[in-house]
Amino acid sequence: MEFSIFGIGILTWLVFVPIVGMIIILMLPDKNRNAIRWTAAGATGIQVILAAVIFAIFDRSKLGINDAESFQFIEKYSWITVEAVPWVGRIEINYFLGLDGLSVLMVILTSLIALIGVISSWNIQKMVKGYFALYLLLVTGMMGVFVALDFFLFFIFWEVMLLPMYFLIGLWGGPRREYAAIKFFLYTFVGGILMLLTMLALYFSVAYTDPATGQSVHTFNILHMMNPANYVEGGLLAGVDTTWRYVAWMALFINFAIKIPLFPFHTWLPDAHVEAPTPISVILAGILLKLGTYGLLRINFPIFPDATIYFIYFMAVLAMISIIYGALCAMAQDDFKKLIAYSSISHMGIVVLGIAALNTQGMVGGVLQMFNHGIITAVLFLAVGVLYDRTKKRGLYDFGGIANQMPKYTGLAMIGMFAALGLPGLNGFVSELFSFLGAFEAYKWITIISVTGIIITAAYILWTIQRVFLGKTPEKMSDLSDLTLREYLAFVPLIILIVLLGVYPAPAIELMNASLSHLVEFMNSGG
Amino acid sequence: MVEQTLYSITQFYPEIIVTVTLCVIIVADLLTKKESHTTGWILLGGFVLAGFTLLLQVGRNESVFFDMIAIDPFSLFFKLILLLAGIFVILFSVQSRELDQYMNRIGEYYMLLAGMMLGMMLMVSSTNLLMLFLAFELTSLSSYVLVGFTKHSKRSSESSMKYIIYGAVSSGVMLYGFSLLIGTTGAVDIYGINEALAAGTDQTLILNISVLMILVGMGFKIAVVPFHFWAPDIYEGAPISIAAILAVASKIAAFGLLIRFFSISFADAGGISATGAWQGVEGIHWNLLLGVMAALAMIVGNLTALRQDNIKRMLAYSSIAHAGYILMGVVILAAEGLTSVMIYLFIYLFMNLGAFYVAMLFSNKIGSESIEKYKGLGKRAPLQGVALTIFLVSLTGIPPTGGFVAKLYIFGAAVSAGWIWLVVIAGITTVISLFYYIRVVRNMYFYGSESGNDPLQFNVWSNVILLALLIPTLLLGIYFAPVLEFARNSIHLFGM
Repeated sequence: MEFSIFGIGILTWLVFVPIVGMIIILMLPDKNRNAIRWTAAGATGIQVILAAVIFAIFDRSKLGINDAESFQFIEKYSWITVEAVPWVGRIEINYFLGLDGLSVLMVILTSLIALIGVISSWNIQKMVKGYFALYLLLVTGMMGVFVALDFFLFFIFWEVMLLPMYFLIGLWGGPRREYAAIKFFLYTFVGGILMLLTMLALYFSVAYTDPATGQSVHTFNILHMMNPANYVEGGLLAGVDTTWRYVAWMALFINFAIKIPLFPFHTWLPDAHVEAPTPISVILAGILLKLGTYGLLRINFPIFPDATIYFIYFMAVLAMISIIYGALCAMAQDDFKKLIAYSSISHMGIVVLGIAALNTQGMVGGVLQMFNHGIITAVLFLAVGVLYDRTKKRGLYDFGGIANQMPKYTGLAMIGMFAALGLPGLNGFVSELFSFLGAFEAYKWITIISVTGIIITAAYILWTIQRVFLGKTPEKMSDLSDLTLREYLAFVPLIILIVLLGVYPAPAIELMNASLSHLVEFMNSGG
Repeated sequence: MVEQTLYSITQFYPEIIVTVTLCVIIVADLLTKKESHTTGWILLGGFVLAGFTLLLQVGRNESVFFDMIAIDPFSLFFKLILLLAGIFVILFSVQSRELDQYMNRIGEYYMLLAGMMLGMMLMVSSTNLLMLFLAFELTSLSSYVLVGFTKHSKRSSESSMKYIIYGAVSSGVMLYGFSLLIGTTGAVDIYGINEALAAGTDQTLILNISVLMILVGMGFKIAVVPFHFWAPDIYEGAPISIAAILAVASKIAAFGLLIRFFSISFADAGGISATGAWQGVEGIHWNLLLGVMAALAMIVGNLTALRQDNIKRMLAYSSIAHAGYILMGVVILAAEGLTSVMIYLFIYLFMNLGAFYVAMLFSNKIGSESIEKYKGLGKRAPLQGVALTIFLVSLTGIPPTGGFVAKLYIFGAAVSAGWIWLVVIAGITTVISLFYYIRVVRNMYFYGSESGNDPLQFNVWSNVILLALLIPTLLLGIYFAPVLEFARNSIHLFGM
């Protein structure tokens, strides 16, 4: 499948339209705030249109994962090639983009959440120009990670997200923003260094034979790294089930686990969420966390099937702890944002448990849960944002009886809350069901224990609804206005998706089914 | 004899041009008005001209002046980046406020700068121990005076004094090492030493001692642990432009000298093996020793930088840490290691000079080098703020900046040669370095200014120079094939 506009492939457009927007914004005068906002909306809007085109013409039957031929919208150009260095051979770094069933859903999610983030950023008043410029840079980084098939490119995009996020939390955040920003930066940077070292070890261990010249070429190509035949004799990571392969797997896993975040690497998340401005929380929970699980599936699983299988119980147990620990912590919070932050840890644990099952149900459930959780937490953070804008408060005990004041808002927010709770008929239920079904097949006891997390989730969500939306209104909060048009614009598309995918999840599942089945098959045969 | 000398002179134009410029500056200083930077512009012209004549030597690989000087791609690469650094430092000096009250002696300043450049150019190309030591001393003596140039400043004089004492002791130790080496091998040039060592010798102990002593001198110049104590004091006391040239050019030259000396003198008959092991001197595991020095430099440099408040001191410790990273590449004394060192040095030139430059611009305006005083500067000086952020991010090694590519290649070389523990230390210390680099950024952006909110004005030229440093720093992070190619073609040492 190919699709290009003015001779440039659709994925390049998708990744770099925000950069173009950023450059336009930087050239606009400071005072022209609306032009800046509309440029950002335009750039992300174009991304949504491109994502819709991809959704329409994406070939659902192609496998992808480790087979370069069956990736779609491929763009591959030589970026840096240096001929025959002594002892190293040819150096090759490619600009290599492509989509398969694993990434396509993430691309759609990213474009959607990015646009909604812009809509909910409309009332940011401080340094508007800088805010949107950084925001668009961040979007480029995220989109780039999801489409990159060259490890070097993947790494660059991965690290490009660091600085914008640091500034977005640190400059536009809450009272403890500085602490939260550096903590986020530091955790992610540690992970980045681990990934860098593993990437280099992989690079020196993998060399494919160039069919044209017969030369042995070292490469960062992720797909070549999946083929055991490409590992050079005596390379650090050659062979199967070697100590170094375990070490490399662990280094990558820690990097991704920090992003997910999986217990015990999660402590940056509550801080970052609480301090970040609403739209950045939306981006953080909606997209950034998915990069972690995506990385596991794109890199850890197919490159190190042996090590993945070796550590699979370890992963499942960490997932179980995250599910229960996250839910328990969420229950103990009295800050609305912190509650959602911990619920994210719990829900991302379900993703990890699903993919750790290494069977198709679990995998499909896990990836679908990534998408659903992105949408649901976006709604929840938007809901907190709406209240915070009106009252400047986030404490759960500060509110009460919001349902009387803002009935329409309450309706929409409650749909989001119920989806998080896993109510049948809404999207969260479908993906959690699949994840647990798959996991139950693989690990009976771990799954049984994990499912208790769902009960705790139900408890804290119902309790939250009770504290915030029901009951008596405190006197201070007697004149809250209901949603504005702009807020509707942010909420409604997400709510529609929540209901739609809850009732009829097939369109999403069809997109990824072939690729994920192939991944499962590849894992079980290669490992 | 005469013929060879005459021929050698034709290969020696760059150095001759720098020498002539030096003389012209002395004369011009007598004739021109004192209150201008005329001599600086003359020196700039000299450096540019020397750079052009250097380009005529591309591809040469020979030895001139009776095996005293090597004209090879390796020295060409180093001389080019040294001249580039020199040009930037002149441009910095012209704008420096610190030098304002010494305008009556400014000719002297540029003359010394020319002398230092000549010394450094000879340092990277000499193949004879005597020549090498002379070049080393020419560089050192010029820099001692330059460090103390702002003589009414107590700090400056103090640091000059310290520098002389440290410098004199370490060059003395190095000279002693040289004499031992010459005594045991009976040769003064590095090829002769190599031959003598290849033939075998029973003086292993003396040899080891002599090499250790030589390492002291070189370690001093590159400011690597445990010979680093001078650097922070001297950088703090010296004018910023001189601190910049010490941190960049002098370090680059010392690395050039170190690599040439060790890789030729102690090479195996068949050249250096793939892992870069040296068999020439038995007894001590040299790679390991350098590896430990590199690790110490990274750890000590980065940890100490955390507690600094003066930006020059912070950059001093950071440059100690960077010397450690570069030394990691020297540990793998094979082609990969050398290529990565050269890439690193090239990128380091832009990002470190850039950081010093912005520090100087800020110091000109706010009269302080304290990082605490940087609060709110991001808003008051948008371009400079963004530029400093990018330079510091690049020094940390975060893509898409040049510093990342530099680190990538050094780390890559170490990984491929199997020095995993060293890379792990480098990785950990890189994370640590994030703290102090980002602290500057944090102060610039996250806090309001305490000393007024009026925007700082910078003239167009200073912005042009800033961009000349900023654009390569960014560009090299995205497209670095030409540098890679350049470095790879420049690892040919004469006689290897």
